[in-house]
Amino acid sequence: MGGHPWIPNADPGILGEMLRAIGVGSVDDLYRDIPGEARFEGWDGLPIGEGGPLSEVEVARRLEALLGRVRVYRDPPPFVGGGVWPRYVPELVRYIVERGEFLTAYTPYQPEASQGLLQALFEYQSLMAELLEMEVVNSSHYDWSTALAEAALMAVRYHRGRRRRLLVPEVMHPRHRRVLEAYTRPHGVEVEEYRVDPETGLAVLGDLESRLGGDVAAVYLEYPYTMTGVVEEQAREIGEAAHGSGALYIVGVDPVAMALLEPPGRLGADIAVGDGQPLGLGLNYGGPYLGVMAVRWDARLVRQMPGRLIGMTVDSEGRRAFAMILQTREQHIRRARATSNITTNEALAAVAAAVYLSLLGPEGLRGVAEYSWYMAHYAARRLSEVEGVESPLLGGSFLWDFTVRLPRPASEVRERLRRRGILAGVPLEGVAPWLGAGDMLLTVTELHEKRHVDMLADALAEALGGG
Amino acid sequence: MAYRQARWDEPLVFELDTPGRRGFIPPEPPREVVESVGPLRLPGRVARRAPPGLPRLSEVEVARHYTRLSQMSYGVDSGPVPLGSCTMKYNPRVAARYAFDPRLQLVHPLQPDEDVQGLLEIAWHVQEWLKHILGMDACTLHPAAGAQGELAGVLMIRRYHELRGELEARTTIIVPDSAHGTNPASASMGGFRVLEVPTAEDGNVDMEALQAAVGPDTAGLMITNPSTLGLFEERILEVARLVHGAGGLLYYDGANLNGIMGRARPGDMGFDIAHVNLHKTFSSPHGGGGPGAGPVCVKAKPVAGGVTLADLLPGPVVVRRGGEYRLRWPGEASVGLLRAWQWNTAPIVWAYAYMLALGARGLRLAGEVSVVNTNYFLALLRGESGYSVPYAPGRPRKHEAVVSAEPLHRETGATAEDVAKGLLDRGFYAPTIYFPLIVREALMVEFTESETRENIEAYARALREIAGEARRDPGEPKRWPRNTSSARVDNVRANHPRTVTPTWRVHRLRLEGKIGPLR
Repeated sequence: MGGHPWIPNADPGILGEMLRAIGVGSVDDLYRDIPGEARFEGWDGLPIGEGGPLSEVEVARRLEALLGRVRVYRDPPPFVGGGVWPRYVPELVRYIVERGEFLTAYTPYQPEASQGLLQALFEYQSLMAELLEMEVVNSSHYDWSTALAEAALMAVRYHRGRRRRLLVPEVMHPRHRRVLEAYTRPHGVEVEEYRVDPETGLAVLGDLESRLGGDVAAVYLEYPYTMTGVVEEQAREIGEAAHGSGALYIVGVDPVAMALLEPPGRLGADIAVGDGQPLGLGLNYGGPYLGVMAVRWDARLVRQMPGRLIGMTVDSEGRRAFAMILQTREQHIRRARATSNITTNEALAAVAAAVYLSLLGPEGLRGVAEYSWYMAHYAARRLSEVEGVESPLLGGSFLWDFTVRLPRPASEVRERLRRRGILAGVPLEGVAPWLGAGDMLLTVTELHEKRHVDMLADALAEALGGG
Repeated sequence: MAYRQARWDEPLVFELDTPGRRGFIPPEPPREVVESVGPLRLPGRVARRAPPGLPRLSEVEVARHYTRLSQMSYGVDSGPVPLGSCTMKYNPRVAARYAFDPRLQLVHPLQPDEDVQGLLEIAWHVQEWLKHILGMDACTLHPAAGAQGELAGVLMIRRYHELRGELEARTTIIVPDSAHGTNPASASMGGFRVLEVPTAEDGNVDMEALQAAVGPDTAGLMITNPSTLGLFEERILEVARLVHGAGGLLYYDGANLNGIMGRARPGDMGFDIAHVNLHKTFSSPHGGGGPGAGPVCVKAKPVAGGVTLADLLPGPVVVRRGGEYRLRWPGEASVGLLRAWQWNTAPIVWAYAYMLALGARGLRLAGEVSVVNTNYFLALLRGESGYSVPYAPGRPRKHEAVVSAEPLHRETGATAEDVAKGLLDRGFYAPTIYFPLIVREALMVEFTESETRENIEAYARALREIAGEARRDPGEPKRWPRNTSSARVDNVRANHPRTVTPTWRVHRLRLEGKIGPLR
């Protein structure tokens, strides 16, 4: 084999000279310390790729063909949310994160050569802090669910392990709950639900209060609820109840909703979590997303916070500079006693969110949120005109996610819509005992035109009408 | 070669705020829609009273601002990034086109398998190729990072002992003292006690200490091979026998896989569980800290009652039946979900492109050239008395080498950090410093197969020059770096309770006297 575009020293001539300088006769000599039993001789016969190198022409052709076998719903765009949202990604966001200086950089361990990346991450933290009105934001977690799981572990540490119960809403995102359980089970944490009213979709405060006690580490709220879209109007009261029993208050948010709703910092939240996915990341079939975590200005909370923090400081010439801070919380310093094992995170997604928020500003974000609100409410009304459809199902206010009850199983209807070129809805059966087979979550955003909503309504009428 | 990084006095985006500017025009809801639903109604108790304090900029300003910030960053596209244990390879551009394909922005994770056959095929190939590369029987691409792969592994170790009714007794995970910090941190997160064992003079795990550590409380051992010293663990088979003999499982931290790729496989060395970092060994970009992907693979080792380790994997596995690809979500025995959705798609597409482009022979070549590059670098450093190579100096290194600047430090006072800053001044990214913890003034260097011979030579020359300058003027290294975007950063101020500033909001509230020190 000769040279290779990505392996500059692969040419046998170059390699031979290097081996001579090392003082060995062959590459094999550099592996002579691997005991025979541990060596693997059959490598070249392994069915990996085509066996040997391919040209870029062939690689691009293969990828093009594979991406061609992905069905993309454009007209209309997907009406599917569930803790992630179809939203427009401004082209500038994508361009900035593709710049090699950001894209191909490592964690900024050497601040002097990484000032731009550090500043961009500091700006992400700062923009998110304004959105949430929380003082400290890290950058970052894998997604909403892992930010929540780590927030829960943090709450247990905050109480020095003396409180190990978590109260979560009955309608909580089922997958977030599974992740929460996987992370907290080894630490003897018990996750318990508080009731949500089946008529309004709002928390039953009395039920929450009856469950509170000296062993509750934290109360968690989704705001709005990811699986029903309902905006919890008692968000302050829930926080007060949590604090009244000495528990921490964790609020999980859709960041775009913060354009319209009081931020967690004004609801008494100690920790805010959420997903930065709608801030210019796209759906990406599962990831990369952006786990958000924020805490208020409290040394005990900050010291227990996992993940990377960037801070503003000065350099030796007195100029403003940025660096990774409070690293004694992290694994590379504290090892087994670290606040988390997290290292690689979603830094580039945080940069994307920073670009997105800088572009949209307060008015742009509000505009996107308002458009989504109007179009979603129009959709809820249009669907209510379809025979047999209850829309919206719940009495509580919503923004752009809402629940409908269909006269047929939601999974079946979803399939029928898909055959008509429409991807819509998350079936809700089992999310709460009172959500049944016909219940479905729908999502409408700035990607949807009026005619898209009309297409959905017409297709739904057809799907429900036929046998 | 003179080097000068961009040094913009770039304000914070908040300082660029100008009333009246906007960078995005949101669509207007059509009049019929507004008429149909009436004015915006929000629940009064939670309607936002004051808009968020986001800055107002035009798109032009946002584009320039972040372009300038990117110019004050440094990645593999800028020059060599020989960070030890980080495997900073070139990230082939052909993959970017597809990893960032705008079509993917609209592909929802709940989309049925029929809709995403192309993506599932990509994932299936990566999964199958990883099995071959690691010598394992089953893989999942679910974990979002190496550390999450480790957590997956630790939780599987936990579940293994739980299903065998031994969890109460199996309280300890053993980790060598040269391990990455994530290993002990992951073991703790999985609810285990961590026991560290020392490294012997020859660079291998101290077998006597390991024998003393292994016992009925051993849940497992986490180890990387080659070690963080870049040395192959010569007694790995003995280590495996010892741990297995005591009923524990063997976990392979794949951060250093490039060092043996094409020559040896964890599955053949007795490992039960292994993770790899697609953003290291398989060339997907680090993105300044992420996103990554940390697939985890296992041997189909029996656990209990017909369950094998493969059934314990978290997240979905891609299965192929008759040319159709399906996601198989985890069952009862599994450790569950470690993130809400399937996986990080972009790094998987990238790794697919890399593996496809190289094939088995190309991947072996990549591993081999990385090893040649490391040893060539050490050869170039011979005879420079400022640096030593601790632990078995005669043994060949694999993907990386740990050089100690301790002799230089004793002679001139220059530290590993000073040396790192000197390298930055010469246009290189610095090595990983002060790691592994068992080497004083450690400089951990990993070139990968991506580096040119000329750059390796220039880097070795730079290290010699740095030693020379430190000898001529011991005060000089403390004044480095000069050619980067900032001079030496004040870490004391960055971390002091009175000055620590994690956000602009904290800066502002402090100036307004609304918050006190962080204590």
